[in-house]
Amino acid sequence: MAGGIKKFVVGSFDDEKVLFPAVKNVRKAGYKIHDVYTPFPVHGLDHAMGIRETSLHTAGFIYAITGTTTALTFMSWVFTKDWPLNIGGKPHFALPAWIPITFELTVLFSAVGMVLTFCYLCNLAPFVKKHHFHPRATDDLFVMVIECTDKTNADELQSFLQTAGAQEINVQIAETGWWIGRYHKEQKLYKEEKGY
Amino acid sequence: MSLLKYESQLREPLVDGNKNYHQITEDIIRPIEMKPSRLWYIGFFISIALLLFGVYSVYREVTYGIGQWNVNKTIGWGWDITNFVWWIGIGHAGTLISAILLLFRQGWRTGVNRAAEAMTIFAVMCAGQFPIWHMGRVWMAFFVLPYPNSRGPLWVNFNSPLLWDVFAVSTYFTVSLLFWYSGLIPDLATVRDRAKTKFRKMFYGIASFGWTGSTKHWQRHESLALVLAGLSTPLVLSVHTIVSFDFATSIVPGWHTTIFPPYFVAGAIFSGFAMVQTLLIIVRKVLHLQEYITVGHIEAMNKIIVLTGSIVACAYLTELFIAWYGQNPYEWYAFKENRANLFSPYGWSYYLMMFCNVLSPQLFWSSKLRRNITVTFFMSIIVNIGMWFERFVIIVTSVYRDYLPSSWSTYYSPSIWELGFYLGTFGLFFTCFFLFAKYFPVIAVAEIKAVLKTSGENYKVKMTDLEKADAEKFYIDEVAHAH
Repeated sequence: MAGGIKKFVVGSFDDEKVLFPAVKNVRKAGYKIHDVYTPFPVHGLDHAMGIRETSLHTAGFIYAITGTTTALTFMSWVFTKDWPLNIGGKPHFALPAWIPITFELTVLFSAVGMVLTFCYLCNLAPFVKKHHFHPRATDDLFVMVIECTDKTNADELQSFLQTAGAQEINVQIAETGWWIGRYHKEQKLYKEEKGY
Repeated sequence: MSLLKYESQLREPLVDGNKNYHQITEDIIRPIEMKPSRLWYIGFFISIALLLFGVYSVYREVTYGIGQWNVNKTIGWGWDITNFVWWIGIGHAGTLISAILLLFRQGWRTGVNRAAEAMTIFAVMCAGQFPIWHMGRVWMAFFVLPYPNSRGPLWVNFNSPLLWDVFAVSTYFTVSLLFWYSGLIPDLATVRDRAKTKFRKMFYGIASFGWTGSTKHWQRHESLALVLAGLSTPLVLSVHTIVSFDFATSIVPGWHTTIFPPYFVAGAIFSGFAMVQTLLIIVRKVLHLQEYITVGHIEAMNKIIVLTGSIVACAYLTELFIAWYGQNPYEWYAFKENRANLFSPYGWSYYLMMFCNVLSPQLFWSSKLRRNITVTFFMSIIVNIGMWFERFVIIVTSVYRDYLPSSWSTYYSPSIWELGFYLGTFGLFFTCFFLFAKYFPVIAVAEIKAVLKTSGENYKVKMTDLEKADAEKFYIDEVAHAH
């Protein structure tokens, strides 16, 4: 799936204490932050970037009640309609005895559903390839990627990042989506000469 | 980072040695990039040998039937189910560390959670072997699944604790695996991004699912971890509760007690932490991770061991008291004669269990012993022996003399193939663990980085002040006097 090829200005920070004011200043100056790649979850960064809260947990709740309903309806259908068995003269509709399985299926549906949703939303799967703006974004650098629009002056933006405290600044032209397949040697997916 | 958070200056930092982010990556990922040591090969091949012995033992059991084991009509559940409960109990510590301690915001879990979760998964894999092969005709194992079959369909019995076990254990395995792997993805991406060889680039490229570290992804990742922790917490309690129902819902004297669920859960966490100690004390030494798995971590786990050990002790005594107080002659006989009588055939196992689980962990009330690594290592093994005997006592001493004295069993001891099966699961467990320690980051890299700057700041300030004060004192005492 192609997300389109765009031009980005990339600035790397080595301290989250510098990163936070930088994010604020970049946003104030009206630039569009494409993303900030960090080696670990930096608390409060999502708020600083103005990203809305995730509603993944709501999805988890919906999966959970799906599991509850599946377990209860299935067991009651089996034991009261499809094949009522006399087990020690106990009632066919033996709700207390079904609590363990109902609970387990609730948890199972919720966990599996949430992980699949998480992978779907974040485009995570084996063999998926994405453009990595900096290899040390998973090590010790906080990599701020700013998208260039028609009006953006890339040079101005670079010096702006310099004053904001970025250590390494460069301009990259990259594919924003994900794809399956091999990288080109120079980490380029597309082939310009063929008008891809 | 909030102003409301106050941390005592007594609290030690979670990572020693004033690391920066890059050093953390280096320290934890370097073992993956190096050739394994000779010690690793020796350990790995011993594990493989045990595993093969186990495979052969299981082959004998499948080919010739359950008669290869020394179980009989009276002691139908011998070593086999003892081992099942023991392994599944060991798994519980991993989930406790990763889920319950996450909900309680215990920062120290980050040093040990990854390895403990891996231990959970491998332990549950080992546990699962026992009920499956105990079926005898293992090719019919799928009968436990509720599916529209050609026998009616005759469904499984949803009212049976044994079926609850099927659901509980398989859900537990699935959820633990998802929790573990979703936490691993960012760390595998770290390995991928510094990979030099072709194999590592490919393997970790596939395994890391294309993780980039985007802020939005981290936000979802945090939410996922929190909800999975919230789900795993009641799940882990339910699993051992349901395992205890296998016993508690029957009317066998010695099993038919309401104290079983909390008692089993506490025992599971107790033995699980002991196993975590055994593994991590070796891992931190072999992989040189003493600065990440500090003595503070070991002490914290020892505190949990003494807590859960005392809960278990309390349960043993309550059980004994209730057996007498309940005035059921069968129940009291099981306790008085089969267990507490030292000179009965299995009396020794009851006292061994009491010694290992009740008396020995009490040493950990002393902070000196809690912080002593050698003592901890031996204690962790004693506890696991004790917890194995707890399950043995519960199972064998309850069933070997049933209601009908004519079928009272002669002395039961395992056959070589029964023993081989148990050793085989050790082989499986350690083979998996050796591979894990070689190919995966044994410490959650991203999580350690996240707690690096938020832990022990006041302690560090106190220590610098102390050093400064010492230097001043030294100056006054020694240097000033000399002049």
